Amino acid sequence: MARIRKRSIQLSKLCSFACCRSSSQDEHAQIGQKGYSRVVYCNEPDSQEQIRLRYRGNYVSTTKYTAVNFIPKSLFEQFRRVANIYFLVVACVSFSPLAPYSAPSIILPLVVVIGATMAKEGVEDWRRNLQDIEANNRKVEVYDKSSCSFRQTKWKDLRVGDLVKVCKDEYFPADLLLLSSSYEDVVCYVETMNLDGETNLKLKHALNVTSFYSSAESLKEFRAVIKCEDPNEHLYSFIGTLYFDCQQYSLSPQQILLRDSKLKNTEYIFGVVIFTGHDTKVMQNATDPPSKRTKIERRMDRIIYVLFSTLILVSFIGSLFFGIETNNDLSGGNYTRWYLRPDKTTVFFDPRRPAVAAFLHCLTGLMLYGYLIPISLYVSIEICKVLQSIFINQDQAMYDEEMDRPAHARTSNLNEELGQVHTILSDKTGTLTCNSMEFVKCSIAGTLYGRGMTEVEIALARKRGEQLTEQAPIDASESKKSIKGFNFRDERIMDGKWVSEPQSDVIQKFFRVLATCHTAVPEVMGPDEIMYEAESPDEAAFVIAAREVGFEFFARNQTSIKLRELDPTSGIRVDRVYELLHVLEFSSARKRMSVIVKNPENQLLLLAKGADSVIFERLSKEGRAYEERTKEHIEKYSEAGLRTMAVAYRELDNDEYKTWEQEFLKAKTSVSADRDVLMDELACQIERDLILLGATAVEDKLQKGVPGCIDKLARAGIGIWVLTGDKRGTAINIGYACSLLRHGMKQIVITLELPEILAQEKEGDKEAIAEASLNSIKLQILKAKSQVTEESSTEFGLIIDGKSLTYAMDKNLVNSFMDLAMRCATVICCRSSPKQKAVITRLVKSVTGRTTLAIGDGANDVGMLQEADIGVGISGVEGMQAVMASDFAIAQFRFLERLLLVHGHWCYRRISMMICYFFYKNITFGFTLFWFEAYTSFSGQPAYNDWYMSCYNVFFTSLPVIALGVFDQDVSARLCLKHPLLYQEGVRNILFNWPRILGWMFNGLLSSIIIYFLTTNSITGPAFRKDGQVADYSVLGVTMYTCVVWTVNCQMALSINYFTWIQHLFIWGSIAFWYIFLVVYGSIPPTLSTTAYKVLVEACAPSILYWLTTLLVVIAALLPLLSYRAFQIRFRPMEHDRIQIQRRRPESTEYDATQRRLSESSEARTSSELPSEVRIRIDNLKASSKRKN
Amino acid sequence: MTDTDRGTQRDRDSAFSLFTQQSLPACKPVLTPEWVIMTFLFIGFIFIPVGLVTLRASHSVVEIVERYDIGCVPEPFRIDKVSYIQDDSIPKNCSLSFKVPKYMKAPIYIYYQLENYYQNHRRYVKSRSDKQLLHGQNEHGISSCQPVEVNNDRPIIPCGLIAWSLFNDTFTFIRNRAELKVNRKNIAWKSDREHKFGKNVYPFNFQNGTLIGGGKLNPTIPLSDQEDLIVWMRTSALPSFRKLYGRIEKDLDVDDVVVVHLMNNYNTYSFGGKKKLVLSTTSWLGGKNDFLGLAYVFIGSSSVTIAVVFTLLHLLSPRH
Repeated sequence: MARIRKRSIQLSKLCSFACCRSSSQDEHAQIGQKGYSRVVYCNEPDSQEQIRLRYRGNYVSTTKYTAVNFIPKSLFEQFRRVANIYFLVVACVSFSPLAPYSAPSIILPLVVVIGATMAKEGVEDWRRNLQDIEANNRKVEVYDKSSCSFRQTKWKDLRVGDLVKVCKDEYFPADLLLLSSSYEDVVCYVETMNLDGETNLKLKHALNVTSFYSSAESLKEFRAVIKCEDPNEHLYSFIGTLYFDCQQYSLSPQQILLRDSKLKNTEYIFGVVIFTGHDTKVMQNATDPPSKRTKIERRMDRIIYVLFSTLILVSFIGSLFFGIETNNDLSGGNYTRWYLRPDKTTVFFDPRRPAVAAFLHCLTGLMLYGYLIPISLYVSIEICKVLQSIFINQDQAMYDEEMDRPAHARTSNLNEELGQVHTILSDKTGTLTCNSMEFVKCSIAGTLYGRGMTEVEIALARKRGEQLTEQAPIDASESKKSIKGFNFRDERIMDGKWVSEPQSDVIQKFFRVLATCHTAVPEVMGPDEIMYEAESPDEAAFVIAAREVGFEFFARNQTSIKLRELDPTSGIRVDRVYELLHVLEFSSARKRMSVIVKNPENQLLLLAKGADSVIFERLSKEGRAYEERTKEHIEKYSEAGLRTMAVAYRELDNDEYKTWEQEFLKAKTSVSADRDVLMDELACQIERDLILLGATAVEDKLQKGVPGCIDKLARAGIGIWVLTGDKRGTAINIGYACSLLRHGMKQIVITLELPEILAQEKEGDKEAIAEASLNSIKLQILKAKSQVTEESSTEFGLIIDGKSLTYAMDKNLVNSFMDLAMRCATVICCRSSPKQKAVITRLVKSVTGRTTLAIGDGANDVGMLQEADIGVGISGVEGMQAVMASDFAIAQFRFLERLLLVHGHWCYRRISMMICYFFYKNITFGFTLFWFEAYTSFSGQPAYNDWYMSCYNVFFTSLPVIALGVFDQDVSARLCLKHPLLYQEGVRNILFNWPRILGWMFNGLLSSIIIYFLTTNSITGPAFRKDGQVADYSVLGVTMYTCVVWTVNCQMALSINYFTWIQHLFIWGSIAFWYIFLVVYGSIPPTLSTTAYKVLVEACAPSILYWLTTLLVVIAALLPLLSYRAFQIRFRPMEHDRIQIQRRRPESTEYDATQRRLSESSEARTSSELPSEVRIRIDNLKASSKRKN
Repeated sequence: MTDTDRGTQRDRDSAFSLFTQQSLPACKPVLTPEWVIMTFLFIGFIFIPVGLVTLRASHSVVEIVERYDIGCVPEPFRIDKVSYIQDDSIPKNCSLSFKVPKYMKAPIYIYYQLENYYQNHRRYVKSRSDKQLLHGQNEHGISSCQPVEVNNDRPIIPCGLIAWSLFNDTFTFIRNRAELKVNRKNIAWKSDREHKFGKNVYPFNFQNGTLIGGGKLNPTIPLSDQEDLIVWMRTSALPSFRKLYGRIEKDLDVDDVVVVHLMNNYNTYSFGGKKKLVLSTTSWLGGKNDFLGLAYVFIGSSSVTIAVVFTLLHLLSPRH
């Protein structure tokens, strides 16, 4: 009580303190208020003020459970499942006389099943715990004021306010404020691989005021207070103020070093701990991925409900008859079945109150027929899925050697959904294309430079019949000297020849912009070797291009950029230093970046590059000299599938700059939520009146195997949508290049770039535009729909841009739009924003109700990945955000083919077969109990010994099902890929539709009837042995159980198509285990084994009738399925049956197939697949050119 | 490291990789038409002969079944059989005779057959104490014997409904005026005699209650030797069942007339059950049971039929 009061007092104190701060600081309005209340007393972690704030320690725990709560919490998780609750209730009730069997026999399987699941959880959590222990016990040097030196401390003992020293290649133990580093200009380089997967180095720089504290002695005097935002998950933002020496300094993400990133290229840094443990940004980011459930699981739940209803129905019927029978025990005052002593009975069998007895019997029935509900279903499925994911992770054919990355199933519960994908929504850049940019062309001062041709262009030219000169296609692999990111060839510019070009001054300016306007960091590898760490591959390509042309960027610090340039007059290479004044960074909203520099001639320059549309609207009147021709060139480039960017500059007036700078600095240091908006506005102010220099064209190469893969997926009947931010032309061309748009496909283009709309846009009436646009889109959709319905035989490709899409998503239009889109084989949405991507994904999912798969590689795809049923992340160049949000991660787009067609198909088949079979085996078993009931006047006596029953699900039938769920293959991986149509089985869900499920259930019912009636008629009645003994209750139980075990296991053998030694071992082993069990169980004393005592050894095994009955019953029970399968395969084969039969066809083709397999495996798919890929692409390009003509 | 070591290492690696790449050598059976026809014909060709052999075995068994529960009630009592059977003052002896239809080779097994008698009723089956049967009075745990566990505050041995309702009709057989010796030893399972029923456990306080169920037991004979009880305590599977009564170890010739003197003590009248006396020889397969043979023949011929139909359809309809 006292403690609580104390704490509340402190909180109020803190509050009042915060309030008065906020009132005195206008521009820092946010600081001290809600969400911005954190206070750090630097170098004084022991001070009263700091301790009073009670910030969390640096101890990190990522485990789901602790040692204390593991048992209750994981038990709670287990019993959230309806089926498990049912079994728990049954187990509790089994102690009462209601139970038809002994309590331990029902509790044991429950304990085994729950225990197995809990053990799995436990092991997973233990692994996380080990990682935590490792991280918590890492060492870091912490400043000790008393001794003025650093001493080693464990990470977990770190406190807020501590001063730490982090050395080269060490991880930061918490979120730190950078004070000083081993560099004089207090910068340091950081690798954020663990945060966002980006391998490039990031530059961080400390405030100049703290740079003085660069030695242990000087730190003794360091005192400061930091007030900043509360812990949050935004990695790239930080708002705070440093109160130091009676001054305020604003802090930005530039000064913050995040936990789990790594210090690089810097000897050491000093920093102050701001956020610890779970308050750090990386921990705040660690959220559980959204849990997704598969369609099959959802349907499975429904089947369980069906079974529950069956259970209730069956129990009801049983108790009805039981009530009648019990009522008959007392007829006209006489007790009929006197041997049951109805005169001295309990409430359960009281003939005077048959209704009560019947009701109680119904409860007994619910327990007895509980075997209809497979207790081990969930845990078996989970085990199977985990093993399936291991297979996916292990698959060599999805392993990328270059990047050393295997495929990774991040969640195991979506495996079978992979086999049911109806629509794929794909990002373009980095997914279909490599995202390794190559500088191929540029347009400077209205002149085209760059003689190389892109793949797209070559094919186009060939089609037109143009003579291809000796100009060989540009192929990076062709010459060894090729430079990554640079594929530019033009003798007019290369090797310093640009000097003699007519407009050499523009060329010079152009490349200077490329060499200075960026955020790349040079890394000097050798005397003539410089590598660049850039934020995006485009940027790297620009810097490299500038270097290759002769504007070598070789050093940068916070305030300057150094270039080594060719001096056009003297022809000597000279070093030039540009003073870097401001960087107006790139953002997807701004679509441009610019730098303000002072060149050696003391000119103030603003150098800018950005999207053509943005740059063109900011040109000055005199800067539009090359506008027309540059536009033309940009158009041409985008047709050739290139990414373009316009380059411009501006000379700044000194006074103008001064006034602007003041405002800008003010905005920059302000700590408020709208700071970004303010800064954007100011950037806009200065980025105007630009002078156009030219445009660049960068080629984004297609990833390996993309056209072939897309072609396969299309042939598998999967609809493919590409959602890209590119221009329409680029998107269409890429579409052709990767065979999304195919030869013979008709294009439907929905756009708002129509003359009448453009005309209205000029008028500027927004409402009128919106209305006109909506009408136009409506018309276009209707027209397209009628076209699609008329020509149902041809394939269609739909192309729509982002703007039109916003109208097509209109409430009234969306259905007809989706209807149209669903009928097209390919849909390309160009110019779409990340948000639109997510919205489209949700729409496709909800309108079609089918499985959608989203694939992407960048942060902009995260929404889409999380929205889709399955998110596949490409672990490529753009970082790990997409992978972190995905369910499956693959290294290359082409692996999607194998992931879906092979693993998806297999997993779908396995899981659906497994579930069907599970229900089959439990219905078979459960109904034999029911039939026997009918012959015990429904008294609730089980047909079998208690322990036979409890072992049924756990021992005698579980392993074969798991083998089915893990290993079964209807056709081999090679054939899966060869016959993509097979995939439709999953899309149409024909292995798990209701007829099939009910068919299996019916089969179970049939099996139970056959087993019960054939067994009882064969074995009971007359002697079943030569020595005249008759079969009693125990012998019938054993015989029937034997038949059940044989039948369900043999049905399994009939329905799987793939026998390795594992299947043989599990199936025949389970049957053998039953006999072993019977012998062992039968040899323990009869007070324990009761009816099973020596039943096999003494009674059954010597009886020939027992064995003959087993054979008869098993064959008879298999016959229905066998005949059904035989006729179905021959006369109504499913796709996989057809392929299996084909595989068996005459020797000659078999021989061919083996030959092909040999050649395929030896040449590792490169040479054998290439021709077809080329053919496809050429075909498509033909189509594309036809479209143009 | 020797070459063989390396060899096995490589083998393990490749076996492991075959496993992880899911390409273990496998047998992939496919139901091609040839296989279908072969399989069904094979089933047919196995099942029909087996069925015929079993039928023959069944036919070689001679079985005489005589229902006596109605015939043994004297005409005047037939209207109310229940009161007849419950009236101890009326003598219950009765006799019936039959002619042996075929030569019956010893041993001839004697069974009594009860119908509509639910020995598999849950209340009934549970009402016994295996511990008591084996260890006797000292043991607790006779609560499972309800409602027949104690009488006059003393436990009953053997307790429970099953023992209480012990079948107590008796039979004596006479051929040609000479009594046929019936061997009533070894009619119970050996394991029951030796391990389920104690050698030192004697009946106690049995059938001493107000309501007497079935037969009484000789309190001087240990349970392990009370074979009638042991046989009775092996509850039947279905409401219609036979239990072994004894063996006649002499052959019976055709047309031998056998007279049975029986004590019709057991009450099946109140619940409409039937009582039958069965004399049967056995074959290598057991008693007379045509069902198994017929089922075999039926399944076998169905298979052949399916094979024929399938073949015809296969030949008539062209492949797609």
